[in-house]
Amino acid sequence: MQKADYDSENLSIVTDKSEAFIRIRGISKKFGDFTAVDDVNLDIGRGELFSILGGSGCGKSTLLRVMAGFETPTAGTIEIDGVDITELPPYERPVNMMFQSYAIFPHMNVEKNIAYGLRKDHVDNKEIAQRVDDMLELVQLVDFRERKPNQLSGGQRQRVALARALIKRPKVLLLDEPLAALDKKLREQTQFELMNIQDELGITFVVVTHDQEEAMTLSTRIAVMEEGRFLQVGPPKEIYEFPETRFVADFIGTINMFEGKVNRVGDETISVESAEAGTSLRALGNHDVEVGQSVCIAVRPEKIFITKHEPDNDDDVRIRGVVDDLGYLGNLSLYRIRLESGKMIQVSSQNRRRSTKRFVEWEDKIWVSWRPRSAIVLTD
Amino acid sequence: MKKQSRFVFSVLVFGYAFLYIPLASVIVYSFNDSKLATVWGGFSTRWYVELFKNEQILDAAFLSLRIATTSATLATIFGTMAGLILVRFGRFRGQTLFSGMITAPLVMPEVITGLSLLLLFVSLQQLIGWPAQRGFTTITIAHTTFSMAYVAVIVRSRLATMDESLEEAAMDLGCRPLRIVFDITLPLIAPAMIAGWLLAFTLSLDDLVIASFVSGPGSSTLPMYIFSKVKLGVTPDINALASLIILIISILVFAAWFTARRSQAST
Amino acid sequence: MALKKRQGALWQRITIAVPYLWLFVFFLLPFGIILKISLADPVIAQPPFTPFFDADGGLSITIDNFLFLLTDKLYAVTYIKSIFMAATAMVLCLALGFPMAYGIARANPTTRSLLLLLIVLPFWISFLLRVYAWMGLLNNYGVINNFLMWVGFIDQPIQMMYTDFAIFIGLTYTYLPFMILPLYATLERMDLDLVDAAQDLGASRTIAFWDITWPLARPGVIAGCLLVFIPAMGEYVIPYLLGGPDTLLIGRVLFDEFFVNRDWPLASSVAIMLLLILVVPIVFLQRSQARDAEATS
Repeated sequence: MQKADYDSENLSIVTDKSEAFIRIRGISKKFGDFTAVDDVNLDIGRGELFSILGGSGCGKSTLLRVMAGFETPTAGTIEIDGVDITELPPYERPVNMMFQSYAIFPHMNVEKNIAYGLRKDHVDNKEIAQRVDDMLELVQLVDFRERKPNQLSGGQRQRVALARALIKRPKVLLLDEPLAALDKKLREQTQFELMNIQDELGITFVVVTHDQEEAMTLSTRIAVMEEGRFLQVGPPKEIYEFPETRFVADFIGTINMFEGKVNRVGDETISVESAEAGTSLRALGNHDVEVGQSVCIAVRPEKIFITKHEPDNDDDVRIRGVVDDLGYLGNLSLYRIRLESGKMIQVSSQNRRRSTKRFVEWEDKIWVSWRPRSAIVLTD
Repeated sequence: MKKQSRFVFSVLVFGYAFLYIPLASVIVYSFNDSKLATVWGGFSTRWYVELFKNEQILDAAFLSLRIATTSATLATIFGTMAGLILVRFGRFRGQTLFSGMITAPLVMPEVITGLSLLLLFVSLQQLIGWPAQRGFTTITIAHTTFSMAYVAVIVRSRLATMDESLEEAAMDLGCRPLRIVFDITLPLIAPAMIAGWLLAFTLSLDDLVIASFVSGPGSSTLPMYIFSKVKLGVTPDINALASLIILIISILVFAAWFTARRSQAST
Repeated sequence: MALKKRQGALWQRITIAVPYLWLFVFFLLPFGIILKISLADPVIAQPPFTPFFDADGGLSITIDNFLFLLTDKLYAVTYIKSIFMAATAMVLCLALGFPMAYGIARANPTTRSLLLLLIVLPFWISFLLRVYAWMGLLNNYGVINNFLMWVGFIDQPIQMMYTDFAIFIGLTYTYLPFMILPLYATLERMDLDLVDAAQDLGASRTIAFWDITWPLARPGVIAGCLLVFIPAMGEYVIPYLLGGPDTLLIGRVLFDEFFVNRDWPLASSVAIMLLLILVVPIVFLQRSQARDAEATS
């Protein structure tokens, strides 16, 4: 496999799959003719922070609701910690959920909201008080215990929802778009809070999100979902650097794709003739492809270099182009380059130097280049 | 899930049966040939024929329609004005009294409204000789008064959800306030006004108690005529009349519903 | 407020003045007159009450009518009975209306609009005719008795017409939509995640209903109950047509006092008393509606 050729010390998967904590087998959910979840299999390890990532309507929320027990699956089973919970109603599952809308009971104050789950389990009052106090401390809401939900800010409501779901010490916490309702600054800050809390309590988190950035920062592993199926499951880095399909490559981050035909298969590299690139593109690995097969070469914008003169490394892929547009984002600069073939590609580079001068200008003739090992070969 | 849904479902079935079985039975019995309304004597449409020969019914129906049309129109005008005042005019002197007066008729028992208006008409007659006799005019006034409250509520809720920046845009483009009302506000609340008119019309056609108070000798509205007959029990010609009204109203309401749904689907 | 800038404009004053005057003359003034006549003595004349001012210009008022209403046992019984009947109808409407409103609110959108239409439809059909329809059903030889005898459940008709039972049926039937519509509005607005969340935290369906759905539906319950109770208190037609001759409810007593006994002052006093009983629920209703409007805006 390709991974072997690349420095992969960071790619080790956190969990040992032999002792899966959550074991999902053949889960399907149909609504009439519509299949929302289609024969999904998944193992999640104890203590993982697992994200299910996908666009709206891909079935990720349905899968979460199946795990919570709000939907009965059409087929399949779910085990948690070795116990089959498929038939259990939501109120008997060792699972709690944080809702996208937060679903904070509007007629109860913060304290009553958080205590609700323990009350339903008839925990004695002294213990409830103790655990509510601990929870309020954990989510930093001690001063807000008497407030009604409508007197709270979005971030505070989010923390109430989190505390309420955590207080029963569930084996698994399900989070439906936990950060979607927060503004950007708060979202970034809360991301790390969420990770710290998860670290502290060691509870397995399953997060559903449409925000790839959120999934990338939070997760130990990500499952990319589309039309009810998992396209790829793996750690964020693996998903980003080694996407297996065009959909995953395109969905996570930005990517430049060149369609072409394989014209040479070597031991360590293949070569792809692409009219879009106007040249032959070399890529590392053999990918089980044959000469003449249609494939796609994909390159991330930050893996591409821009130089004013032709780079002298013969191994690299080098193409002539013109700067069509450029944008300054502070930490990054973005370039849109028009290749000689007419194809537009995106390139980004870090602004390491403090300067107001631009390195290239509009309509400058330049060269773009990348290393063969930066190229992703997509065969789907 | 299943258990509770089944309970809810059976209550729904029971509830709708409760609402519609009486109406259905009236329609069935309207085709009963027997003069005894409770004994089935074979199928017949003779009560419908008789209905159209009964001049008292036709007179009463005509009077009711005239009153309903007039009072609904007046109520729509006054009710729209009242709705505009409440939502768009800001504060003015006597506003609390005004909003109290506009909503009170909604919850006022009919017997009280009827009695109070009759006493007013009697007193006015004593003082200024008007109204000389009670009938069309007095019933129309009474119906206008209580149904304008309904129109005002409908118009008010429409105005409250309406984007005020439309009016502000018109003002920004150089429109004077009175023109804004006619160019922007009224066209936008027209659906609410139509709904209000229909409601006022129905309320007027429906009213028995208030009309009984404020009508004079010789002027009977349709409900008053029906009431005088059904006091004595079930009669076959009222069955026929009731069936006709049920059918006409149902057709109109369903037609309105379908049109509304279609226009909703197309937007 | 786009239109309020030029408050003094003539057309605006006219717009305010017309409905204001109308309501003043035809709504507020009549109440003054009722109050005035309730304080007069009945006489056999046209109109049948003593004038407000006597010949010398002195104030001529009496509270005899109210004393009579408060001391006569018949009236006390009437008031209590009216409250009891209206309250029973309210409870029946709630018991039937809540599950119905719940079912409608949870139905899929197309079915929901049809179900709602079917709730509203009877409201457009003459109220009198709807009460009349029950006369045909409840009669000794009406549809229900005929059916029960045909099935063999009973061999003699059950007396249903002209009983309190018939009044309950009539009141429930007539005012059911008034209960369902506000209930539907609150239930439909409710975030379904809340019930899911309660179940997720360990509440069974039943417990989740009482912990979450019921308290959140309270504004609708209150509005619905009052919308049934208030008009049912003053109801005249239903007790007259369906109830027995001895079922004395306020609305009917007022009507009879006025038209049969021609005792206008006493009828006015009955009206004032009715109003006094209803003032509390009416104010309560307007408060709850104002709160509701605030909450949704």
